[in-house]
Amino acid sequence: MNENPDTQARQIIDNLTLYYGPKKKFIAICAGTGCRASGSLKVKEALEAELKKQNLSEVDVLATGCLGFCEKGPMLVVHPDKYFYQHVRVEDVPEIISKTVAKGEVISRLLYRHPETKKTLFREEDLPFYKKQLRVVFGQNGMIDPSRIEDYFAINGYQALGKVLAEMTPEGVISEVKKAGLRGRGGGGFHAAVKWEGVRKAKGDPKYVIANGDEGDPGAYMDRSLMEGNPHSVIEGMIIGAYAVGSNQGYIYVRNEYPLAVTHLTKAIADAREMGLLGKNILGTDFSFDIQITKGAGAFVCGESSALFASVEGRAGEPRAKYVHAVEKGLYDKPTVLNNVETWANVPLIINKGADWYNSIGTEGSKGTKIFSLVGKINNTGLIEVPMGTTLYEIIYDMGGGIPNGRKFKAVQTGGPSGGCIPESLLDIPVDFDKLYEVGSMMGSGGMIVMDETSCMVDVARYFLEFLKEESCGKCVPCREGVRRMSDILEDICAGKGREGDVEILEAMGKAIADGSLCALGGSAPNPVLSTIRYFREEYDAHIRDHRCPAGVCKALITYSIDAEKCTGCGVCVKVCATQAITGEKKKAHVIDKDKCTRCGACIQSCKFDAIHVK
Amino acid sequence: MVNMMIDGKKVSAPKGTMLLESIRGAGVSIPTLCAHEAISRSGACRLCVVEIKKGNRTRIVTSCLYGVEEGLIVDTKSERVLNVRRLVMELLLARCPESDVLQKMARDMGVGPQPRYTVDTDKGKCILCRSCVRVCEEVVGVSAIGLFSRGSYKEVGTPYQEKSDVCIGCGACAYVCPTGHIEMISTGDKRKIWGRTFKMQACSKCGKFFAPVDQLKFIGKKTGTSMEELCVCTECR
Repeated sequence: MNENPDTQARQIIDNLTLYYGPKKKFIAICAGTGCRASGSLKVKEALEAELKKQNLSEVDVLATGCLGFCEKGPMLVVHPDKYFYQHVRVEDVPEIISKTVAKGEVISRLLYRHPETKKTLFREEDLPFYKKQLRVVFGQNGMIDPSRIEDYFAINGYQALGKVLAEMTPEGVISEVKKAGLRGRGGGGFHAAVKWEGVRKAKGDPKYVIANGDEGDPGAYMDRSLMEGNPHSVIEGMIIGAYAVGSNQGYIYVRNEYPLAVTHLTKAIADAREMGLLGKNILGTDFSFDIQITKGAGAFVCGESSALFASVEGRAGEPRAKYVHAVEKGLYDKPTVLNNVETWANVPLIINKGADWYNSIGTEGSKGTKIFSLVGKINNTGLIEVPMGTTLYEIIYDMGGGIPNGRKFKAVQTGGPSGGCIPESLLDIPVDFDKLYEVGSMMGSGGMIVMDETSCMVDVARYFLEFLKEESCGKCVPCREGVRRMSDILEDICAGKGREGDVEILEAMGKAIADGSLCALGGSAPNPVLSTIRYFREEYDAHIRDHRCPAGVCKALITYSIDAEKCTGCGVCVKVCATQAITGEKKKAHVIDKDKCTRCGACIQSCKFDAIHVK
Repeated sequence: MVNMMIDGKKVSAPKGTMLLESIRGAGVSIPTLCAHEAISRSGACRLCVVEIKKGNRTRIVTSCLYGVEEGLIVDTKSERVLNVRRLVMELLLARCPESDVLQKMARDMGVGPQPRYTVDTDKGKCILCRSCVRVCEEVVGVSAIGLFSRGSYKEVGTPYQEKSDVCIGCGACAYVCPTGHIEMISTGDKRKIWGRTFKMQACSKCGKFFAPVDQLKFIGKKTGTSMEELCVCTECR
């Protein structure tokens, strides 16, 4: 028998993998926050009850984390055939069990129908949404119940840790991650191995390892879905990182608005501790490491590293100047590695499959895959994982399924509120850290908000600046006062009170705020304004000079009117109008009193004849 | 010692010191509002920004917090630097239109009010430099005041804006305030600050009211000095 504790540690993991083995027959039902909201837990209960009733208890039901295609929830996948059912209701359950599970027959009404060919598609991987994706990180969500550590063992979980403990030196781990070219998924795109190396070499004790789960971008939820759907992958990544840098204490900083993520992480940490994967002498080796969860109160700025440290320490979440880097003086002024949740989840993959494999995915400067949340005016809302370098066009049209209601694409905002808006002419650019920066936006943590011709770009800039004004911590003058003033000017422009020269003032302010702010929040806050001015200047001019909102959004600049030729005088709009602005005789064309009209849009939605126009 | 170039002049400075001191030492004037010798630096006002060049990379940093480095090339008046300073001054003038300190500073810098901003009427003269908060915590050691709310709603005050039990009325906050926002009124045997009225101690020798009783008690407790000794004003000691 081999007495080396490191080799024995690996043996323990190997035994667990073998014992729990890969599952064959099971139903994976999405129980991420989105699908829960549309009733997936009830479906899950019904599935379990029905399996029992039909004497099929050996079939496992996995309440998984997010499966990505949120537009179609509640959804489930029946294994081993991998039949994908969408919009599943409790009433569908008996048939799913008796036909699909028992006999392997498909139920065509629950299948996805291709929007163009109208053909029904059976399997997950046949759907255009999934077809071009490369779900190496996120795809594991569909194979496990995140509250069960056994499920994670069954898909080779903690194998990377076993390998690291048995075969690799800390320096070896760092050089593997460096060779892989892993860059931080949280926004900055900094090379993870460079941080790790810095902490490894830094003087100071203890050293800390932190996962940043303070995902705060409106519409972005990829980190939430990883923490909810595969918490052990984040934990395993952190243990490996801690081993590499020589740390014994880790923190996961997660916002309190993510209750399910907190629950699953808490359970996962407790289970890992019980299995000897966390705590003193991990799996009998002389390496000790433990993780604590710190819940944030939901301030956007707390995703910024130094503000996050302040928050963990129990102080107000305000950033400080970072001329001395966190790798030397981070949490409690000690050497600290802070990586985003998704970055950590990539680490076990790199160790398991090797740096060469990882390195082969992506572009020159950006390796691996990236998870994006695709939201806004898009047919297939959801989370996607694609190789770096995939074009925006492929993401929006192939996976996203294009723009709903036959409308025209206008722009996509990447990188969250402080990212930039990218126009149609740039849809062919490959998405990676450097390319997005070049066109005036950024990767951020991976939010993508799609806008169509009914989106006013000035209003979009106004919305994001309003958000950033509220989220500025208020410490430094350019961000606190400057973003507020920019927001005021944008309010004016949208209210028809814009002045000649406003655009130039906004541009000058934007540059000085970006240069002068203390942290990256202020540094990037002007991006939505600067990028919309850069690509949609004509919309600003239309608002300011012509008092016109071309997209028909800004209420002060639009008027509603009824097309007398199209109006049938049905009177539906009269009923829905809250201000009695619409009058007319039955069966004759109606008219809108512009003074009474509040431009709420209720009449447009009610009109079946497309007779109401906005100008 | 490290060697640097500041506005084209060779300057050497002791390791571990900040750029701001080297720049001022080189006879170059640089505006600041939140840097005070008695307290730690926060980098909040951003007026002391300079452009530094290391290798091929240039960036804007706050000189009050940036440590000196060998070979650094510093430009204290580049276009980018002046644009940041102008923006900060314009923003502060709009926030605190009544502050004569800011007005003078702006005039010296050749900056006037930006007419596009609507001036505030509810902020007084407070620029949120946090010097008062830091002096109360770091020098006095009572933390009677702090910052509350976030972003443009941020304010300085006592917890819940109620009368503070721990405030000793020493007035250090009013002393470090660069714009004179903090109001402290001392009349005979009374001093008013942060909504509280403090009883003043008369000097046992000359009879002049010289410090709040609470402050003397606090010092007595902290240092073990007897009240008898503390009740003599500094001039009579």
